[in-house]
Amino acid sequence: MNAKAVSIKVEDKLYQNRYLVDAGRPHIQIKDEAVCARCATRQCTVCCPAGCYEDGEGPVVLTTDGCLECGTCRVICTTHRNVEWEYPRGGYGIQFKFG
Amino acid sequence: MSEKFDVIVVGAGASGNAAAYTLARSGLKVLQIERGESPGAKNVQGAILYSDALERIIPDFREEAPLERHIIEQRMWVMDERSYVGTHFRSDDFNKPPYNRYTIIRARFDKWFSDKVKEAGALVICETTVKELLRDDAGKVIGVEVDRTDGRIYANLVILADGVNSTLARKAGFRPELDPRHVALAVKEIHFLPKDVIESRFNIQDEEGVVIEMMGKITHGMMGTGFLYTNSDSISVGVGCLLSDFMAQKITPYQLLEQLKAHSSVAPMLEGGEMKEYAAHLIPEGGYHAIPQIYGDGWMIVGDSGMFVNAVHREGSNLAMTTGRIAAETVIELNREGKAMSAANLARYRARLDDSFVMKDLKKYKDLPEIFDANKQFLTTYPSLLNRSAYDMLKVDGEDKRSKQKDIYRGFRAERGLMGLLGDAYKLWRAFR
Repeated sequence: MNAKAVSIKVEDKLYQNRYLVDAGRPHIQIKDEAVCARCATRQCTVCCPAGCYEDGEGPVVLTTDGCLECGTCRVICTTHRNVEWEYPRGGYGIQFKFG
Repeated sequence: MSEKFDVIVVGAGASGNAAAYTLARSGLKVLQIERGESPGAKNVQGAILYSDALERIIPDFREEAPLERHIIEQRMWVMDERSYVGTHFRSDDFNKPPYNRYTIIRARFDKWFSDKVKEAGALVICETTVKELLRDDAGKVIGVEVDRTDGRIYANLVILADGVNSTLARKAGFRPELDPRHVALAVKEIHFLPKDVIESRFNIQDEEGVVIEMMGKITHGMMGTGFLYTNSDSISVGVGCLLSDFMAQKITPYQLLEQLKAHSSVAPMLEGGEMKEYAAHLIPEGGYHAIPQIYGDGWMIVGDSGMFVNAVHREGSNLAMTTGRIAAETVIELNREGKAMSAANLARYRARLDDSFVMKDLKKYKDLPEIFDANKQFLTTYPSLLNRSAYDMLKVDGEDKRSKQKDIYRGFRAERGLMGLLGDAYKLWRAFR
């Protein structure tokens, strides 16, 4: 169980899943990018199990296509409450084959 | 949809299906609304089904429900990086019908349960997300608004079975935002393997199953557990930890799962399998103190949305089904008595739950989340000491056992101190008594 020996791209995992992406209508949004740019912790970039939040220079970048709809990002944004979180429109989003 | 329903049930998971089925069977006019493409498409669980809860709703479910394996053996592993100290409990009594627990695949199981709901007479509509609750001037819930044209639908009562995130209950102010200390984030993969490979690997026969629960260093000191369940021709493997702990760590959930899968005791069990899905889900683990108001004028909350999970015993779907059934039975009774779906009358639901195993069990462990949260040694120091002790005592290297035992005792004293050890023992006793 050596942390260094285990490297994984979350994209490889998400690739196994079935999604009906509601193109152009993301169900989660960052309320104010400026707030993210100031955020020191950026827990969303670590805690999101689908790796939807990307860290970098400036604001956090959110791509919701691989979202597993767990709600983690909304719950952990405790300081800023900067995540606008809704379920996707009926029929869209992740469709678990096994669940 | 201009017609009015007796009850609208939001969600087609375990609790929603239990409620909708029980209500529809009694002859009430029920509408169930599900946002997934089909029932189960949005639902994630480990997944263990406890027979008793379903048996009270559909007594002959075994004849047709899609069940994977009945559990005959439970393993509990306390792990460090390279080893585990484990207990295995296998019983012939668990191998006799009627079986007590099964592994299930939720997408398949929920689809079956939903078909039963339809057979019972409920109208089930999928691919429809409820946007908000409709309320009258007095604040009474009178229906829902969905994301379809002319999407206002009315009912005497709305049952919220919309899961841990319960967007609806939060928006309506019935429940606060989830506290990161009250929810665990679990990630899970399903790996497919030939049936006979699973059976030889786990020392089981046709339809028999094994569950493994894992704790210790695998969660990096975070409050949580790993798990591995045998299905018919697949294995579910996952790990879940409290969100508040994830926030303080710098490890992603999928890295944590990869490390668990790579552990020398787990990897051989997955060897050769084909991973076909990766899922994540929040589990409400705040226990008794985290349960919100669960009824009001024209509304009730059941299942995960009401935080009904017994984290200690890994029980959830049975609490979901039981709260769904009891909510429905309360409504049926009130309806028979010609009483309104008011907060005062629906208070019977909470009273019935208080009398049931649901609240009694949650009350029993009400302080446990705090105790573990404040005492990380249970998840780090002790698993390490335990594994080191086992290794030292079993290793044959010319040193006498009494000296080894002394070293082990010194190790425990050095890590925790005598008062620390006694205090920890007391804390555990208090939490589980």
